[in-house]
Amino acid sequence: MGLFVDDYPDEAWVVRAALASSFLALLIGGLMGTIQALHRTGFLQVIENSTYYTVLTLHGVSLVILFTIFFLVGFYQWAITDSLQRPSENIRLTKAWYGLMVLGTLMASIAILGGFTDVTDMSADVLFTFYAPLEAHPLFYLGLATFIIGTWVAGFDWFRSWWAWRKDNPGERTPLRTFMVLTTMLMWYLATIGVAVAVIFFLLPWSLGLVDSVNALLTRTLFWFFGHPVVYFWLMPVYMMWYVILPKLSGGRLFSDPLARIVFVLFLILSVPTGIHHQYLDPGIAEGFKYLAMTNTMFLLLPSLLTAFTVVASMEHGARQRGGTGYFRWLTALPWDKPAFTGMALAGLMFAAAGFSGMVNAGMNLNYLVHNTMWVPGHFHLTVGTAVALTFMAVTYWFLPQITGNKVFSKRLGLWQVVLWFVGMVFMANAMHRVGLGGEPRRTADPFYDGVVFDTALGSISELHFQIALGGVLLTVSLLMFIAHVALTWFDVANRSTPEPEVLPPALSGPEHAPAVLENLRLWTGIAIVLIVLTYTLPLASIISSSGFFGQAGTIVAGMLDLVITVAQPLLEVGP
Amino acid sequence: MEIHRYEKLWFVVSMLLIIGFIATITYGAVGAGIQMVDDEGGTVDPDNIGDYEIRDGVTFEDLQEPQAQHVEGNEYEVAIQAIQFAFIPNPVEVPENSEVTMYITSPDVIHGYKLAGTNVNTMVIPGEMTEITVEFDEPGEYGAVCNEFCGAGHEEMEGILRVVPEDEWEGDA
Repeated sequence: MGLFVDDYPDEAWVVRAALASSFLALLIGGLMGTIQALHRTGFLQVIENSTYYTVLTLHGVSLVILFTIFFLVGFYQWAITDSLQRPSENIRLTKAWYGLMVLGTLMASIAILGGFTDVTDMSADVLFTFYAPLEAHPLFYLGLATFIIGTWVAGFDWFRSWWAWRKDNPGERTPLRTFMVLTTMLMWYLATIGVAVAVIFFLLPWSLGLVDSVNALLTRTLFWFFGHPVVYFWLMPVYMMWYVILPKLSGGRLFSDPLARIVFVLFLILSVPTGIHHQYLDPGIAEGFKYLAMTNTMFLLLPSLLTAFTVVASMEHGARQRGGTGYFRWLTALPWDKPAFTGMALAGLMFAAAGFSGMVNAGMNLNYLVHNTMWVPGHFHLTVGTAVALTFMAVTYWFLPQITGNKVFSKRLGLWQVVLWFVGMVFMANAMHRVGLGGEPRRTADPFYDGVVFDTALGSISELHFQIALGGVLLTVSLLMFIAHVALTWFDVANRSTPEPEVLPPALSGPEHAPAVLENLRLWTGIAIVLIVLTYTLPLASIISSSGFFGQAGTIVAGMLDLVITVAQPLLEVGP
Repeated sequence: MEIHRYEKLWFVVSMLLIIGFIATITYGAVGAGIQMVDDEGGTVDPDNIGDYEIRDGVTFEDLQEPQAQHVEGNEYEVAIQAIQFAFIPNPVEVPENSEVTMYITSPDVIHGYKLAGTNVNTMVIPGEMTEITVEFDEPGEYGAVCNEFCGAGHEEMEGILRVVPEDEWEGDA
């Protein structure tokens, strides 16, 4: 077996294209972050306060939608092709879904970038959450829908590979990486129903002027139906990297294949029926529904806690293979000189911290203290901003040679880059959590008010603002180092020898130990659907029956929609 | 399936942790009586907020005054509109040692209402009436901020809530 790029050149092209798109989004989104970190702390204000929100929209959409998902589709295409050992069933379809995603990206980007100029009325200053009745240009919603349809087709493409593989390999266990891809995509299909309905039936017709109002609580609830599971769409590829690549980098093997599968099944089942925990403080949703979302959320800790065990156990196993001994001394035997390993290990460490702030967020009555304060972006800069972003960057140092055929430019530069990201984020995220506890709101251009003072228990707010700005600058330097490093490797500036193909070792406890029922994806999807129906039917029915599909002031202009409403309304008016 | 002994132990500890969390939150809700913002306030026509009936004969408009209105005992009521980019009325005064029910809603977009340094925090959604009950035990002044992005002026949206000492309270008692 040779390098991935040699064995599957067409697939490698799509993987590279997806990664290139991902890194471009990372660069743009990251630089917007720099502007924000310096602007809202008052250190350097190069934009107007009103432009801040265009910057923030671009930051959010670029990083949590484009950077993460483009990376995911590239990485998953590799995972499917490499683990099933077969090329795409139809490479034109593979290229088509990538093209759709790019098209959607361009549409949404044009709408967002319109916010920077007065030449056009076009804008989409609605942030990543696009809560109606804040309104974006229709192109923004259309772009989003197109992008998501692209990911749907990608999932279909991967399922198709798996179906074909199964026909050729009857009775065999699905390879672990493929299993992880399929469970992720099943979760994604369920999750995106919410945003698809919100965009296609409500936001798009409304922004086009076909209906004249929206039910703000309904579209918000549908957004969070998607908005929470999307975080698992960022995390599940990271978990795959932690399960299948990190053990190898540590010098060992994955501890248990069956438990990795169980973790992914748990994510499929539990990711969606938790979204209401983002709406703990929303009027119009009864406390019981919030309580139900809270319990589901707490049980969702389980797969992450199990992962923590397996990851550390696999690392320890690797360290001992490399001659490590003692209770803790084995830590020194790990390959800390490899940027891919060090970056992933540091990302994992930050994810543990993120888990704790996440538990606070999930505690519904504790949430009063931190909801919509800087604590929340502090939390997710540890999750998506470090656990995901740093793992993606670290894995790139391992992955890039496989898909380009070029050796990584410099191990030392890579090492500095991942460590710098970690240090920058320690400063920034920690300080964000603390100003959040003092009550400083998130999503504001200028948290210096005439009559509102924020206090912090230890130190001062201005000192914490300095830490946020400092962290932001360190992160920017790290980001630029990463992008430069990718470019140097991509274009093979050093002109080094060809890298060796990487083979992933099998798990200590292999798939043959997994109960056969784990392979039954229909069963797990069925359970996931039942849970979604149980958690969402009543709240949605209640929201619709009290304010209607389009809000109270809504009058329907388009006849087509009138018909849909007449048919659908009685079905949904069964709420309490 | 083969599961390592340590992993079984870890699983049990994880489950206990999760159940422990759920138990403490349940205690907070049932024992300590921390209620969640919920659907008690019902819906409201965003174009006619003033007419919203709080109870028989009392509308939103009646309560939208700079000083909280007395109900009975130490119970008071106040109504606030969150609009782009202000809270109306502002400032709001309530007496010390009072239990104040706040009605908050919006005629335009989604806002937030948070009193800095406290756990008074809620979303304000057009079409929905937020109803929260807060105990103010000590005199003082709190800054209120809108903590949900509401448009290009969001950072200007702030207010004051003053808790007036009982002997200085000039409002309805």
